[in-house]
Amino acid sequence: MKSVRRRYLALEIDCDGLVDSREFLDAVWGAVLKLYGEYGASCVGLSLIDYDVERRFAVIRVVHTAVDMVRTALASITRIGNRPVAIHVVRVSGTIKSLYKKAS
Amino acid sequence: MKRICADLHLCPNLKDFRHVSQMISKASRLEYRLIAMAFPSNLPEEEIRRLRNIGKEAGVDLASRVDLKPRTPKELIYSLRKLRRKFEIVAVVCESKNVARQAAKDRRVDLLNFPSFDFRRRFFDRAEAELASNGLACFEVDVKPLLALEGSVRVRLLSQLRREVAIAEEFHVPIVISSGVSDGMLLRKPRELAAFASLFDLDETSALEAVSKNPVAIVRRNRDKLSSRFVAPGIRIIRRGKDC
Repeated sequence: MKSVRRRYLALEIDCDGLVDSREFLDAVWGAVLKLYGEYGASCVGLSLIDYDVERRFAVIRVVHTAVDMVRTALASITRIGNRPVAIHVVRVSGTIKSLYKKAS
Repeated sequence: MKRICADLHLCPNLKDFRHVSQMISKASRLEYRLIAMAFPSNLPEEEIRRLRNIGKEAGVDLASRVDLKPRTPKELIYSLRKLRRKFEIVAVVCESKNVARQAAKDRRVDLLNFPSFDFRRRFFDRAEAELASNGLACFEVDVKPLLALEGSVRVRLLSQLRREVAIAEEFHVPIVISSGVSDGMLLRKPRELAAFASLFDLDETSALEAVSKNPVAIVRRNRDKLSSRFVAPGIRIIRRGKDC
């Protein structure tokens, strides 16, 4: 079986307050579902790898063909709960090791 | 060579100086090197210079832009005659078909903008694109409505944009993607603006050009024209003096 190629995305969460990981992941899934529907969301292979509330930094993993879909979905997020939020992609990489190296 | 990314449509509250400078520094942080703000047509030259200096300090080149909303073609021609040499970018918000046609064929117009929330007043059809392809006007897409709208209205807007972008590509009318936001939290990185273009079927290369090459070309062309050295397209004064 062919192995799945993945991409790791380092994200910066621009928000006035703090957003916990559950809220963050729900918002990302919600945005993907809203823009691409259930079929589209099933092709994304999204999972949360790392989340730092204090630094407002997150790492997610997606299938390499879905990077643009996820980028668009993340850009479409304007609120989490009642707080205005912007999520920016800092880096995209094929391995976690190089992602952290590039992001730092 | 690194791409110069531009957002030609920022709409901060110009009366709030802090808000303006926050937006400029945020744009700089998001990797924009060129931004334009929609100024009122009567804004004094000194004020524009002051804002330009703030941009310079933040490492962003600030271009002046005016949004014209004429009701008739005659009014548009009058405004263009009055304002073209005062601003680096002239955008026309086309609220009627006659205005849209006049704006598309007038070579003094840089950007054609259409109301996002009223689908009956989006006049970018094949005839409009043909006129624009003979002129210099670019088709501007604002991302703000895509962020603000939800549900069926957004679906309808996306379908409309898909149609218009396909027409623009067919007639080789350059596309410019701008944010059109008045709030810093709604600003997105250039790559994220380009990613939105995938929602209306614009390929990645064209989308990246729409946030870099196309807007930069407008500003460069107009700065050349507004400079005192400009004579005609392709002709400029290199040196003045007795030995020339």
